[in-house]
Amino acid sequence: MQQASGHTLKAFDEDIERLRALISQMGGLAEHAIDEAMRCLVQRDVEGAAQVVQDDKKLDALEIETERRAVQLIALRAPMAGDLRDVVAALKISGVVERIGDYAKNIAKRVPLLENAGKIEPLSLLPEMARIATEMLHNVLDAFVERDAPAAIRVCERDNAVDDFYDSIFRALLTHMMENPHNIGQSAHLLFVAKNLERVGDHATNIAEMVYYAATGEHMADRPGKSPRS
Amino acid sequence: MEMKEKMPITPTTPVPSPSAAISAEAHEEGPSVADDLDVVPEPAFAIDVSHHANIDEAAAHELDAGKEPKMSADKVSVFYGDKQALKDISIKIYDDRVTAFIGPSGCGKSTFLRCLNRMNDTIPSARVTGRIELDNQDITSSAMDVVQLRARVGMVFQKPNPFPKSIFENVAYGPRIHGLASSKSELEGIVESSLKRAGLWDEVKDRLPESGTALSGGQQQRLCIARAIAVDPEVILMDEPCSALDPIATAKIEELIHELRGRYAIAIVTHNMQQAARVSQRTAFFHLGELVEYGKTSAIFTNPRKQRTQDYITGRYG
Repeated sequence: MQQASGHTLKAFDEDIERLRALISQMGGLAEHAIDEAMRCLVQRDVEGAAQVVQDDKKLDALEIETERRAVQLIALRAPMAGDLRDVVAALKISGVVERIGDYAKNIAKRVPLLENAGKIEPLSLLPEMARIATEMLHNVLDAFVERDAPAAIRVCERDNAVDDFYDSIFRALLTHMMENPHNIGQSAHLLFVAKNLERVGDHATNIAEMVYYAATGEHMADRPGKSPRS
Repeated sequence: MEMKEKMPITPTTPVPSPSAAISAEAHEEGPSVADDLDVVPEPAFAIDVSHHANIDEAAAHELDAGKEPKMSADKVSVFYGDKQALKDISIKIYDDRVTAFIGPSGCGKSTFLRCLNRMNDTIPSARVTGRIELDNQDITSSAMDVVQLRARVGMVFQKPNPFPKSIFENVAYGPRIHGLASSKSELEGIVESSLKRAGLWDEVKDRLPESGTALSGGQQQRLCIARAIAVDPEVILMDEPCSALDPIATAKIEELIHELRGRYAIAIVTHNMQQAARVSQRTAFFHLGELVEYGKTSAIFTNPRKQRTQDYITGRYG
């Protein structure tokens, strides 16, 4: 159900908008962190990677700020119905986005350990996988701000692409390791990078479910005409 | 939240310790590094959501299907002169359940509450159509003894209105005129049990001869509730019973409503939506004389079906 108009009490609208803005800001930082971590990985930019690790603290701080504002909003405004679902969703989404930032940090930490990985062929697949995962994150947070349930469903449907990438990278790296045991260390790092990106896709899907519930009051799994979970 | 994972620090070693890396990753994500099927498991039991998915107005009324209503209203309309204050209201009220009526001022919720024990009879210009039943008996018929009806369907008003008599007499009056007690000791027993059920006994047992109007506002309201339950009613109607009380007295009344609901069917009109959320199991939202939405309180306050309900409870009516 759409929120028809603003609250009679304007300050209530401002509080909710501020909460949404915080989530958008967190989403922007997390997206940037993954992009940067992947750029550093491909370009062997050790300094840039250290910066990504450093910048994760901003996300942590924003998560705490989001929680503080959400708790305050619940205490002072007693939100109901769609408002209440929005605030609870914001609270949960901030935790998930913070976790996505941790995955970016984890990828960045592997950059100094991957000096010779350029020879390993699956590295070329990772940036494309990262692009889809960050796009999912971007789209799902837009869906939250717009209360757009159909957009949230579309995000979920893209998760299969990320999973497919993970599967093929996994197989390629496994082959690589078996062919030459000297590559096992490098390949394992790349496998973790792929796994982290796969988790980003999963988390974007989780956020999509939260957005769907906030926007409609129904759980996505219960929606009419949904295909059974694969 | 920090990732607790330790990075393997042996990038040039041909065969790094895989167990260290695997266990570190597993700590975060799952049992195995090859766990590429990290799908969310299906719940072990199937949750039947059919009862709340795509619920509509008719389905909301089906919530209590199979349960015999204490009171039921069927297409009730009320006119004050030419003005129609209520339009075809159909709703059922059940034992051991609190039903809250919410809505903006003038929406008809109090008017409807007053239909349930024919208090609107006292307003000369008021005309009520439709059927209202108490235990399947039509209370709108002229054969109905209104005094008896009001003993069975008691009412508590917005402003505490004790009689200007002693605390004892306030409670004893109803049982006495209805002939519910055959002796003085029996009457005293009724007064004591009523005051106890209203949560007032401990505060007034040593001052029963004092005037009811000498009590605090919250105590006066509980005295009025004791007075209402002294005649052993089946239904209690409350018209904004807490709007003149402070938060502590309000909490006591709400706790009392919670205790009383095991014994009586209770309908409450309130402007305080938090109060409706706290005390009721069913909520009916009235607007402009119509019943807009009726359903489980938990559903109305988290996921209302109608835009008008959503706008009202989230504070969007200008």
